[in-house]
Amino acid sequence: MLDASPQTLVRVDGLKMYFPIYSGILRRHTGDVKAVDGVSFDIQQGETLGLVGESGCGKSTVGRALLRLYEPTAGSVVIEGEDIATLSPEALRKKRPTMQMVFQDPQASLNPRMTLANIISEPLVEHTNWSPERRLERVYELMDAVGLNRRFANRFPHEFSGGQRQRIGIARALALNPKFIVCDEPIAALDVSIQAQVVNLLEDLQEKLGLTYLFISHDLSMVRHIADRVAVMYLGRIAELSPRDALFANPLHPYAEALLSAVNEPDPSLARRQRIILKGDVPSPARPPKGCNFCTRCPKAFARCHAEKPELQEVEPGRHVACFLYTPETGDAKAGPTGVPEANEHLQQGETK
Amino acid sequence: MLTYTLRRLLLAIPTLLLISLVIFFLVDLAPGSPASEIPLTVPPDVRAKILESMGINQPVYVRYLLWLKQFFYVEPLNGIDALFGTSFADGMQRIISYQTRGPVFSLIGERIPQTLKVIGTAYLVGVLIAVPIGIYSAYRQYSWFDQAGTLLAMIGFSVPTFFSGTLLIIIFSVMLGWFPTKYDTTLVVTDWASFVKQIKQMTLPVMTLGLANAAAISRYMRSSMLENMGHDYVRTARAKGMSERTVVLKHVLRNSMIPVVTVIALGIPSIFGGAIITENLFGVNGIGSALIGAIHGNDLPMVQTLAFIFAILIVLFNLIADVLYGLLDPRIRYD
Repeated sequence: MLDASPQTLVRVDGLKMYFPIYSGILRRHTGDVKAVDGVSFDIQQGETLGLVGESGCGKSTVGRALLRLYEPTAGSVVIEGEDIATLSPEALRKKRPTMQMVFQDPQASLNPRMTLANIISEPLVEHTNWSPERRLERVYELMDAVGLNRRFANRFPHEFSGGQRQRIGIARALALNPKFIVCDEPIAALDVSIQAQVVNLLEDLQEKLGLTYLFISHDLSMVRHIADRVAVMYLGRIAELSPRDALFANPLHPYAEALLSAVNEPDPSLARRQRIILKGDVPSPARPPKGCNFCTRCPKAFARCHAEKPELQEVEPGRHVACFLYTPETGDAKAGPTGVPEANEHLQQGETK
Repeated sequence: MLTYTLRRLLLAIPTLLLISLVIFFLVDLAPGSPASEIPLTVPPDVRAKILESMGINQPVYVRYLLWLKQFFYVEPLNGIDALFGTSFADGMQRIISYQTRGPVFSLIGERIPQTLKVIGTAYLVGVLIAVPIGIYSAYRQYSWFDQAGTLLAMIGFSVPTFFSGTLLIIIFSVMLGWFPTKYDTTLVVTDWASFVKQIKQMTLPVMTLGLANAAAISRYMRSSMLENMGHDYVRTARAKGMSERTVVLKHVLRNSMIPVVTVIALGIPSIFGGAIITENLFGVNGIGSALIGAIHGNDLPMVQTLAFIFAILIVLFNLIADVLYGLLDPRIRYD
């Protein structure tokens, strides 16, 4: 699919999302929680980009900032040629139909006082001038598409099961024929038996409607199933961005390596239980370490890692890694501590607007 | 919903009977009796006759049952008679006030319009001020507007009406001379001039009480809005591309109104209860001052009847609040 449609739909450049900390009697601005600290990636048309990482690494914040549900601190998000991060509120509202989101908690993300038909058709009321009959027709169409019985149209969200609610959430996201959907842990709140259904539904819809997904998840096996490329995040930055098969076969970044060693192998005869156990805790995003964000826990860290932040760069065709162990020239051969210094490139990229 | 309402109404009967028992006996046991109001110079046999004519020489349970009968049977019949010109209640003993020797209910009928006019308006004004303040405070949390709203609510909570009322009188009546200091109960609105006069004399008591009411309701509104503002469905609404106005006024406000509406409904009985202090401060001749007068004058039937009417209203509005909750929130089912 990657080769079939090489056109770039979403281009994220130097995205930063800082949440200010106010403290003291005068509530002065004393620091920032750097939830997302300079993230850049592209998503091709029709592609699914998986975004993985542990809790609190900024996955969901990336998803929300991408659709400007948060106001990004810096950086640009270009979707179909328009920079979402700087659009005026009215232009942004007009742009909303092209980009939608499926939320993690299907219960909380549906207004408890609206019926299913109202929830799904509300965007149509706002963004089209269709007649009520036409809207209802579209609601039925969408309910069919996600496998909900038409009789349910006048029920309230609390009358459905978790899986059905997530289908409502998906139908709602599809109402305006979006091109790009951010799936923010769409299966995390569901039973395992339902997870497969929802993921298969997402895949079917992608095939039928040509959708592009950003699939945020901490479920590595699910990401392996659905994603074409995978970005591994750690403490607000992307550690590695690689095609799925390459990443799962041979993770380059030490963090990606440790993370993927935690994936269970279903076949016991192949099970290789050499897990890499990381020591210590994730540092606070309000005070990230001076050098590489991962240097405090990295088993392969050396002096340079504690001094500068590595930038994400292509080390093999299609594979991007932010680590001093790799340099573009040497490919996957470990460059070791003598890697070429590329100081402060991060600063320049961070300030790109 | 209907069966639930009926069930609640049936359950209200034993509750109210128990309340009536407590009220009647509590008032009866309280120190001070109508006999103490009769001057000592009255000879004992005359005194006994007076007490007999008032029906106080009977044992307390007889008086209780008689009062119950009068309250639930005779007075409603009188009400029907007054409405339709019939004569069902002819010759039946009504609840008589010791003070005025007139029926208690006619007295209440005279006083209640004043109370509803002033206290009711104050409540309405309070709600109308509080709801927008609460919405905007929550929408712009920690803004200067929110801080000012918090300060206002704090003042409304902590400053008693006898102080704020007096302050308003000093500023607006004595110093500026915009409004009268006293409420004139005898004023009849017949033309524009008298209407303006009525509005003017209502302004101070309405503002005094309205601010006190607004303080509480605006806080409820604000916290309810804040709670809903953080919910995921609000983010969903924004992601749908709804305008900010739709997001706040349709999605957030409608969900936030559920608890606030019940708080407002529960506050309505207090309108009928009158505001004893404010009514006395401004000379509004309403239910509150009637109750105070009755307590001073050992007018037991009046106190008992008024207290019981308040009890009925509170039970009734509790039920209304619960039913409203069920109507507003589809997640709540009363089956």
